[in-house]
Amino acid sequence: MAIEKPYLDIPGTTVFDADQARIGYHLNQMAMSLMHEENRKRFKADERAYLDEWPMTEDQKQAVIDRDFNRILDLGGNIYFVAKIGATDGQSYVEIVSSMTENDAAGHAEMLVNGGRPIEGNRYQHEWDARP
Amino acid sequence: MSARISASCFMSHVPAIGAAIDKGLGGEPYWQPLFEGIGPARRWIEDNPPDVVFLVYNDHGNAFSMQMIPTFALGMAETYQPADEGWGSRPVPIVEGHPELSAHIAQSVIPAGFDLTLVNEMTVDHGLTVPLSMMFDQPDEWPCKVVPLAINVVQHPAPTGRRCLELGKAVRAAIESYDEDLDVQIWGTGGMSHQLQGARAGLINAEFDHNFLERMINDPEGLADVPNVEYLREAGSEGVELVMWLVARGALADCNGGGSPTEVHRMYHVPASNTAVGQLILENA
Repeated sequence: MAIEKPYLDIPGTTVFDADQARIGYHLNQMAMSLMHEENRKRFKADERAYLDEWPMTEDQKQAVIDRDFNRILDLGGNIYFVAKIGATDGQSYVEIVSSMTENDAAGHAEMLVNGGRPIEGNRYQHEWDARP
Repeated sequence: MSARISASCFMSHVPAIGAAIDKGLGGEPYWQPLFEGIGPARRWIEDNPPDVVFLVYNDHGNAFSMQMIPTFALGMAETYQPADEGWGSRPVPIVEGHPELSAHIAQSVIPAGFDLTLVNEMTVDHGLTVPLSMMFDQPDEWPCKVVPLAINVVQHPAPTGRRCLELGKAVRAAIESYDEDLDVQIWGTGGMSHQLQGARAGLINAEFDHNFLERMINDPEGLADVPNVEYLREAGSEGVELVMWLVARGALADCNGGGSPTEVHRMYHVPASNTAVGQLILENA
């Protein structure tokens, strides 16, 4: 019997569960390796070569090269691990996080100062599907 | 004499708050309201200094990689070094542990049915050090010892609120059977509403947060039955960190047949970076 996952209908959200973790294991371990300065240097010098050292899928490697964080999460990345890719680029958390939304970093920060993204209309996927 | 639990403290552990303290930005317009809000907590703890803090938090992919995901990891060490999370280590003191109390808790809580993972060496990230900075500012050394309990809330399923509350009750029994005259506070950290990922990132749900604070005080048993999906949906994918507050709540007397706690401090502020910040102090009956 399939495991019930009542969180799959939360819009704009990839819940990092044990299935995502299985798909993303090497991707996340690669990101974790960037905690070491020596690895950050090698990554920056030749991203493709660095990624080829890990048994990641081609899609995962391309998503990292594209810095497409939504795609990275879809392919099993976890934000706390893959944020280390952004940290290697010198990005702040707000820059990394906002890149996954409709806003740029300044617009994202402004939205938060104004109380954040509201919960109304953002609970269920069907609410997003019904948008004009 | 035995150890006693004097209070539970609850607070967010946003890394940006730590950075603001480290860089001395507390007077800037963005940060001033938050630091004004936590001022009463800092004054309270000056008058109520703990010998030991049992600090419930989560690691954010720093001490633990994906190689192992312990649901409940109890620190057993003499000391814990602040982690380098990719932006350099925070300039904060080394955290001093209480290994004898850790061993006592392990030997009390595991037979009570909570299968803790015991960790003899680990670094501690912002989840643990930011609450210390929020309460103690920038001392040369931390004024108390710390027993860390790291809970997995990063890879789901995270433990349920119910499990966390019940663990808090077992931790209470352990601490109160420890034969040393110690003032112990239990801190539950993380939250409040925030989402750091996906197109819904930036979610804040102040109504949920205020209701959570209220129920933390008056309805912990009912709150413990809120399913994790409700946190994920209502408080954001990272807002589920709030289940960790229930460990600290379960350690108070009223969850164990005793009297109700006294609320001495409550604050709420939006935002710190991507996150809603809450802080609550309940003195034990």
